[in-house]
Amino acid sequence: MSLLMETEGMGVRPSLDGCIKCTICESACPYAAVTERFPGPKTVGPQEERFRHGPLSADWSVDYCSGCGICSRVCPQDVRIAEINSRARAQLKEQRGIPLRDQLLARPDVMGRLGRPIRPLFNWAMGTPLVRFPVERVIGIHRKAAVPTVAPRTFQQWARRHPRRAAQDRVVYFHGCSTNYFEPRLGRMVVAVLEHQGLAVEIPQQGCCGLPLQSNGNFPAARTYATRLARQLRSAPGEVPVIASSTSCALMLKREAREILGVEDPALVDVSQRTYDIFEYLRDLHEQGRLKTDFVPVELTVAYHAPCQQQNQLIGKPALDVLALVPGLKLVELDRDCCGVGGTYGIKREKYEISMAVGAGLFSDIKHTAPDLVLCDSETCRWHIAKATGFPVIHPLELLHRAYGGH
Amino acid sequence: MITDALVIGAGTAGLTAGIRLARGGLRVTVVASGEGCLPLASGTIDILGFAPEAVQSPRGALPGFLDANPEHPYRISGLAGLEQSLAWFVKTTEPLGYRGELSRNQWVPTVLGGLRPTALVPRSMAAADLGGGGEVLIAGIRGFRDFHPALLAANLGRTAAPAPAIRTRAVELEWPGSAGDMPPFRLARRLEDPEIRRRLAAQLHSQLGDATAVGLPAVLGRERAAEVHADLEQRLGRAVFEIPGLPPSLPGLRLFDCLRRALLDAGGRLLLGSTAISATQHQDTVESVTITQASRPVAVSAGFFVLATGGFATGGIIRQPDGQLSEPVFGLPVHGLAPGQEPFGDEYLAEHPLDRVGLSTDAEGRPLGAAGGPHAVNLYAAGAVLAGALPWREKSGEGVSLATGWHAAEAILSGRREDAA
Repeated sequence: MSLLMETEGMGVRPSLDGCIKCTICESACPYAAVTERFPGPKTVGPQEERFRHGPLSADWSVDYCSGCGICSRVCPQDVRIAEINSRARAQLKEQRGIPLRDQLLARPDVMGRLGRPIRPLFNWAMGTPLVRFPVERVIGIHRKAAVPTVAPRTFQQWARRHPRRAAQDRVVYFHGCSTNYFEPRLGRMVVAVLEHQGLAVEIPQQGCCGLPLQSNGNFPAARTYATRLARQLRSAPGEVPVIASSTSCALMLKREAREILGVEDPALVDVSQRTYDIFEYLRDLHEQGRLKTDFVPVELTVAYHAPCQQQNQLIGKPALDVLALVPGLKLVELDRDCCGVGGTYGIKREKYEISMAVGAGLFSDIKHTAPDLVLCDSETCRWHIAKATGFPVIHPLELLHRAYGGH
Repeated sequence: MITDALVIGAGTAGLTAGIRLARGGLRVTVVASGEGCLPLASGTIDILGFAPEAVQSPRGALPGFLDANPEHPYRISGLAGLEQSLAWFVKTTEPLGYRGELSRNQWVPTVLGGLRPTALVPRSMAAADLGGGGEVLIAGIRGFRDFHPALLAANLGRTAAPAPAIRTRAVELEWPGSAGDMPPFRLARRLEDPEIRRRLAAQLHSQLGDATAVGLPAVLGRERAAEVHADLEQRLGRAVFEIPGLPPSLPGLRLFDCLRRALLDAGGRLLLGSTAISATQHQDTVESVTITQASRPVAVSAGFFVLATGGFATGGIIRQPDGQLSEPVFGLPVHGLAPGQEPFGDEYLAEHPLDRVGLSTDAEGRPLGAAGGPHAVNLYAAGAVLAGALPWREKSGEGVSLATGWHAAEAILSGRREDAA
């Protein structure tokens, strides 16, 4: 074990001592490249961290970090740069207070719950420029930012009526807020694909993982959410795999709640060790010779974008590995790091333009490839890319569902 | 996780081995704890610059150099293997337009105005060879703190052998647009805008005088670097060359981008941010290497393994406070320092015996285990993790990484061909 890894074991903040100022993180940061408002992950991270004591912060530019985590991934010294910055952002918010807009964006579950009774009005309003202008002026959500539409029925409502299949091998499905309120269709497909493998799928009642709260700087609430979710997912008996289709929420359970928020609750520690990204799990099944491969040919050209939070799980690109088994499919790997949305970052009035500049390379690659479909594992990225390019963007699981003959 | 070949390390050696293996039809995963050395590298390919006196022709000097250094990693590939790997490299990095010959070193300026020997340079440095002297204009950008044209030009002007007179002038350009903080990656991106180039070139034009070439900081674009360079040459009507300086280095980043793209195009996978921590072995065969992930480590099974983790600087070799040397993934014995030998020289810039330590290998490039024979039949080592080289004194770093990375893949692929026959 290297000294650097011992440093990592010491925690997030002490890891800054491993920084050799090589600036690899700065040259990899897609945000620092396009805006002077963000001086770069090393500058606001390992460098400025030394000047942060108690309530005092050297400057506020860390708020322009999107939390994409690329800096931590490319750092050859294992410095937890994105994590240091995430904590610094929270500290900043503690000083300045969290604006109403960020409070709202931080609670997709509340948005979903409030939006659903007034669903036609909500969906109409969000799609209407005349409304979006005042929304931008008053609340600060950019008028052009992609906002999801609320579904008529939640995924949980469907799941409660869905007959549980009896099978020896069980998994727990962690669907996340987005699937519940905005894309219940995806959840149904996940269940269908997992059941097709002969698995019994448990779907316990579950709330938000707290990730949007964390990225908007409300750590106390995020800790409560993450811990509560872990206990809910653990309510299903047995130490079975927890399968997530929302890739950023999977990372929250796997690492961020422990590393950034410092949650040490045994339920969370337990769940984090057995959480799988859906394609990570399917790839494992395939490697064990247990994945069903009764695919129908899918004669399409699809372009795959691996989102940052999926890459930060350090599991490679399992969606590509699994989809490579589908006959007829032409898979194009988009070699870009970040689409620019950073969860709720690119929705904000003052950051929308930055977000579009960060994604410009990806958008132009997509237009150049001109695929039938774009695939991406993260919901906010899907909405952002679809809005920016006009191409249909779906979760790769939807395509796999189709390859199994689903509709 | 399952793959045919697992390469540990994403520097020149690891990427070279990974690309070749993937092109050879293997499923390849390259895993590295970060982006590694390339973003810090100058982007030139050094083969042999000092042995220990200045080398004009690496090809001419190498046989004698290997006689004097029988433990040097160049012995694994031999001169023929080195030549093949260079030809492979030039072809693989075609978009960057590498040029040069094994029989003649080029002398390119450093950011402090010294000249250093190197064998291959990218197109953006094609005019940087000042070994034959010349009349050059060194142009910096006011406010860019990593490049000081007056200092550079003055030092270049009084540089001694091997160059005949280099006549230099220095000029500082006003950056069009915001004068905020100017990190090289942001300058590079801005220079991809033709309007910025037009305004910079306009300032330069009146200063050209008799200069036959213009040296600029190495910030001439990233994705569209070829276009930026060609456009500036066209606007100025002079050869334009980049002078690499402090990291992050755009020429190194472009090389990393290019090799990474080649790996992906060949069907390989690159996993950055994950550290190899241990290995399992059954008899004479490595079965898996365990790597870190976000929540739990995972064992990656493969038929072949290439260890390209680098030397001390990158954690490929570890020295414990008690002086014990180790290789952290496989626990391989580290060679090159006799028992009781003092590891450090007297002065900071002197040669330190510790600099030479690393792994010893058999003729195939397989690292030796504690028993003296190859540690495993399917484990190869490449690059700076190998014992016997002093890359920063010899100026041999990229050459060693290329030749040994290329050779590791060659050994694996030819072994498979034999098995198939």
